[in-house]
Amino acid sequence: MQGYVQMVKEGKYREALAIILEDLPLPGVLGRICPHGCETACRRAEKDEPVAIRDLKRLAADLADPREIPVPCAPPRPEAVAIVGSGPAGLSCAYHLARRGVRAVIFEALPQPGGMLRSGIPAHRLPRAVLDREIEVVTRLGVEIRTGVALGVDFGLEDLFGQGFRAVYLALGAHRGIELGIPGERGLGVRQGVDFLREVNLTGRAAVGRHVLIVGGGNVAIDVARSALRLGAPRVTILYRRTRAEMPAWEEEIRAAEEEGAAIVYLAAPQEILLEEGRVRGVRCIRMHLTEPDSSGRRRPVPVPGSEFEIDGDQVIAAIGQRPDLGALERIPGLSISRWGTVEADPVTGATGIPGVFAGGDLVTGPWVAIGAVAAGKEAAESIVRFLDGRDLAAGREPAAPGEMRHRPVPAAEPRRPRARMRELPVAARRGNFQEVELGFEEAEGRTEASRCLNCGYCCECFQCVRACLAEAVRHEERPRERRLAVGAVILAPGSRPFDPAPFADVFLYGRSPNVLTSLEFERLLSASGPTQGKLLRPSDGREPRRIAWLQCVGSRDINRSGNGYCSSVCCMYAIKDAMIAKEHAHGGLDCAVFYMDLRCFGKDYEKYLNRARDQAGVRFIPARVHSIEEVGPERALRLRWVDESGRAAAETFDLVVLSVGLQVEAATAELARRAGIDTDRYRFAVAPPFAPVATSRPGVFACGVFRGPKDIPSSVAEASAAAGLAGALLAPARFRLTPEAAPPPEGEIAGEPRIGVFVCHCGVNIAGVVDVEALAAFAAGLPGVVYTGRNLFTCSQDAQEQMKKAIAEHRLNRIVVAACSPKTHEPIFQESLVAVGLNKYLLEMANIRNQDSWVHAQAPERATAKARELVAMAVARAATLRPLREKRIAVHPRALVVGGGVAGLNAALTIAEQGYEVVVVEKEEALGGLARRLHTTIEGWEVQAYLAELIARVQGHPRIQVLTRALVVGFGGFKGNFTTELLVGPALYERKIEHGVLVLATGAVETRPEEPLYGKHPRVMTQLELGERLHGGSAGPWASVVMIQCVGSRNEKNPNCSRVCCQAAVKHAIALKRRDPDCRVWVLHRDIRTYGLLEEAYREARSLGVIFTRFEPERPPAVEERGEALAVRFRDPILDREVEVEADAVVLSAGMTPSDTEELASIVKFGRTPEGHLQEAHVKLRPVELPTEGLFICGTAHSPQLMTEAIAQGQAAASRAVTFLAQKELTLSAVTARVDAERCAACLVCVRACPYGVPRINAEGASEIDEALCHGCGICAAECPAKAIELNWYEDEQLLAKVDALMDALG
Amino acid sequence: MRLGYPESVKIIRVPCTGKVDALHLLRCFERGADGVLVVGCREGDCHYQSGNFRARKRVGEVGALLERIGVGGGRVRMVNLSSSDAPLFVRAAREFHEAVLAAGPNPVGRRRRPEPAPARAGAPNPPPQEAIRP
Repeated sequence: MQGYVQMVKEGKYREALAIILEDLPLPGVLGRICPHGCETACRRAEKDEPVAIRDLKRLAADLADPREIPVPCAPPRPEAVAIVGSGPAGLSCAYHLARRGVRAVIFEALPQPGGMLRSGIPAHRLPRAVLDREIEVVTRLGVEIRTGVALGVDFGLEDLFGQGFRAVYLALGAHRGIELGIPGERGLGVRQGVDFLREVNLTGRAAVGRHVLIVGGGNVAIDVARSALRLGAPRVTILYRRTRAEMPAWEEEIRAAEEEGAAIVYLAAPQEILLEEGRVRGVRCIRMHLTEPDSSGRRRPVPVPGSEFEIDGDQVIAAIGQRPDLGALERIPGLSISRWGTVEADPVTGATGIPGVFAGGDLVTGPWVAIGAVAAGKEAAESIVRFLDGRDLAAGREPAAPGEMRHRPVPAAEPRRPRARMRELPVAARRGNFQEVELGFEEAEGRTEASRCLNCGYCCECFQCVRACLAEAVRHEERPRERRLAVGAVILAPGSRPFDPAPFADVFLYGRSPNVLTSLEFERLLSASGPTQGKLLRPSDGREPRRIAWLQCVGSRDINRSGNGYCSSVCCMYAIKDAMIAKEHAHGGLDCAVFYMDLRCFGKDYEKYLNRARDQAGVRFIPARVHSIEEVGPERALRLRWVDESGRAAAETFDLVVLSVGLQVEAATAELARRAGIDTDRYRFAVAPPFAPVATSRPGVFACGVFRGPKDIPSSVAEASAAAGLAGALLAPARFRLTPEAAPPPEGEIAGEPRIGVFVCHCGVNIAGVVDVEALAAFAAGLPGVVYTGRNLFTCSQDAQEQMKKAIAEHRLNRIVVAACSPKTHEPIFQESLVAVGLNKYLLEMANIRNQDSWVHAQAPERATAKARELVAMAVARAATLRPLREKRIAVHPRALVVGGGVAGLNAALTIAEQGYEVVVVEKEEALGGLARRLHTTIEGWEVQAYLAELIARVQGHPRIQVLTRALVVGFGGFKGNFTTELLVGPALYERKIEHGVLVLATGAVETRPEEPLYGKHPRVMTQLELGERLHGGSAGPWASVVMIQCVGSRNEKNPNCSRVCCQAAVKHAIALKRRDPDCRVWVLHRDIRTYGLLEEAYREARSLGVIFTRFEPERPPAVEERGEALAVRFRDPILDREVEVEADAVVLSAGMTPSDTEELASIVKFGRTPEGHLQEAHVKLRPVELPTEGLFICGTAHSPQLMTEAIAQGQAAASRAVTFLAQKELTLSAVTARVDAERCAACLVCVRACPYGVPRINAEGASEIDEALCHGCGICAAECPAKAIELNWYEDEQLLAKVDALMDALG
Repeated sequence: MRLGYPESVKIIRVPCTGKVDALHLLRCFERGADGVLVVGCREGDCHYQSGNFRARKRVGEVGALLERIGVGGGRVRMVNLSSSDAPLFVRAAREFHEAVLAAGPNPVGRRRRPEPAPARAGAPNPPPQEAIRP
């Protein structure tokens, strides 16, 4: 129903009716008379009043004709079913049978169809035209209604079976009034309400008295009263034995009856109908009173003794209830009757005791609402179809358990809006006629009412998507299924959700001011596919903002409000990025101000980005926490107030405020973790064992990404690869066991003339909605060489691909043109189909008539069609020139070479070896371990040396790992899968050649040597690594005061990057010093404390231990001076706003990291490096552990400065990526490579010089030779070659020029 | 993004602009094209390291030649953008379209193929394009 309400809102009345007609055939009828139990369930009532669902249903039926809505029906079946009774149950059953292809014949005793809808409900509530029209909805489906034939009078149940009906549905309703059971009931002028109404409704007339007394309190009593008034009764009085509150009639009906002149006497029970000469003269009643509620909560009426009274009147109409007329049914053997006088039938299936006979509606339930009968009829239809099919009637039909419905919460900000009321016929105009009283909504009014729907049920099931999807890919009937999978490892990567600032609206105004956005909302605002198509516009007034503020650490580093004590790691960078993009989007000046606590740009090259933002783009960075935000002025600008570092109050006004919301793990993820049996910490992050960053507390279960702690994309991707690698080690014995291998047929000879097949894709409406595809196909059919053209709704769909394969075989096609979309996305799909039928994959050509035509020229369909013709002509011309190409397959040498025996390299080696491949580790030093040999304790308190010893022992003891120490790489050659590395090993410089399939570079880093003048001269000036060694060795102090200086070898001109690890090292050592001696004074002089992620916890601990953190400006670095044995440090304290001097027993320099010298190695192996000497990965975010050259991988501090756990994860990640390579038995090389015609080659060396990869060589015959295994296929040599001796396969000159010529020919 | 650009633009796919030969560019003008736009990766971001620099050099040379022979050097242009930068491509396409419109038709005119082409029976010639022949 949410569906049709939404359709009404959209003004799609036919669609609304189509949704309703899925369930029932009587929208206009039920839209009037239904007691709308659904509105009781409507969750809008929590806000104000329920949506007027029923009236909206009626509106749809008022504004569109339900008879014109096509109702899909199954193909006709041979069986016929008889239905006795044409009320809502019978009509509904017939309708649903018809939809399922079963012919139904309805037998109706009365002269007109409709049952109680016609005979019981007066026309002022349900106009006859509406009823007739909707009965026609049913009869149009082939349902036959025979009126004036009664069961038990004109025919019997056996007659129906005798006539060939296979099943019977009894839906006779409850048309017999219940008698009052008091004296005088046989008198003249006494009759039953249902009889009265039937007479009125079928004939339009009935005799009424001068004072009509009606006994009862239900809708029948009210209908009788209102009908009697319309027929001219001067006085009408309703006698009811309880009070108005208990009256079962609807309140609006009671009110209408009163308005029209009916009187109601409450708490009056008739005792006797008074007669005079056999005619009614009045009723003797007794006063009642209501008891206190009994155990069932009902208040029973009991007579008040001695309170009898009389009412005069000349007509008494009893309306105290109805029951089925069982005259025709009582004698049928096998049919059982309940003690309430109803027919007994199964509550789910409607089956009676007689096979093939079903019953439903009021006949079974006693008098009830029409919608109940409609539902019963629908269920009966299901039962009858199952009966006809010989299937189980009940299987799978238990009603859905309540509580399954999931609802969106009612938005707090939703304004209260009153429910719309229908207009009514004025009371004065109602007398003497049966015109409809409720007049329905006006269209606009109804659509506004529909817009009150909160869409709380998520998908409204309007099925518009089902209809819109031409591929019929949307299936609403899909349900969750439970599956059991046997697995060898589980990887959890459930991610996180951004922090929701809505509960803190009083602080941030989020949700109150339209101009306060979360960072994610702001990103949408900048996105081309966002709400403003990428225009930076302020939500309040759609104007471009001039000043934007970012508030950092919303939901992070905040134990006060959100409880998230950690740093979310990513917000500083995304805020800077968004500020930069915002500036690019802005027309004219845009002021961007970022309010921060510490700028945490600790990733590879992140600091450079920060410098660019600040120094070039002019983004302002303000080290302050904004304490209040208020809206000012009619433009709803935002006034921000804060206190700066020196304690001065400051304020500025911005047009837009962006909240840099942090990351947090959802409660549902914690539940997943609980079910997986793994430990999580108090922030719900997965807890990793020491030195096992992607492991969990349960062996075989791995976790990666933000679930393991907040992190950016490169780290998440690396962890994902690491988890895959470790899982791969567990699964190594089972590798390829479940992998099916496709065996394509051998390729046939391509000889003779090209036989081109052109497949024109409609892409649903994407292409066909703009381009005249029919004309295009006709045009293609006339192009030279084309012997077949076809069109498909979606050429890439599976069935279309099967058709393509068939067409290739049938028409002996040897070149294929697909006029569709981008080869970037779809070429492999079509090539696969070619290969599957033995056609070389290079015989395919695509014409991009979607991305390059229909999408971008949608405004000019004719010109787009003309361009499509040109594109197809070009494609066909090129296709004719295509030749089959052979892809070289090469074996992969299943061995890895790892350069660097530090923690990253050793982990890479182990993870590769564990997956079943040989590894050679090359280390230039004598001992394995790298930089980790100088580390003793991690910030978590883990012992590094114990771990390192175990790691080295595992590597050295591994049967598949060979370790070469004091080894130097002196030569490198070959290509992916087949490399050869030359080494000089040991003190004797023994030469070795290693053949291997992949190379992992883990060359590591060293601590930067500080340039501080006193370093190396004064024994109390040391680096963090040296301090760690001294703390471990017991030679640190005792000291009364220690000053640490951050960023000594980092974030400066020589090394613009942050070294990432120094802040945590300082915090780690400061804590150690404080724990050893709480009286030791420790200063950390820093520029920003970058304890990202969960390291923030340690930073907080250090502060609580009394470590003093003081920020300095890079322009005014701290100065260290010698004071005899001790030292003094002078710096400017920004809070005191003055220069201070601190005496120090030790000065510790956070010297940062420098990558090991790889200059020579880079020239041997040929890889790129950043200006700082880090290896340059293939893609910063998506391929962080790969080099651009295939088969080469990187990890550890050679990639960028990182913590040991991060280096471990990267080592495992590089191994994982390397194994995807090694696990291939053979590599298929692209055939798009350059090839030399030796006859034409003059050995001029142009190609040798032009090739970016140094592939061409002059061979012994004096001609250039290009190794196809090494060629990258760029074609630069082909373009440069002065003799035109080089061609690039698949892009041969003839093939490219064929396109040029075809285009120019087509243009004429 | 489906940003619109002139229909006069027809794209020929090459692996790298470094593959675009001076002969290819000249053939276009010989056959009567009014303009050729070479679209490569951003400088420094070449997928094949240096292809776009070589293309830039060739485009410059062909432009100079076209200028010398009176066809007009502005008819060949190179732009550098990343494949994800649709707005920039559209802007370049529109600007070049306008520039070519301003330069007028290629004085070489539409030419038949240099060598006789196979008979094209039954291939209807679509009406000439307004956009490409200003």
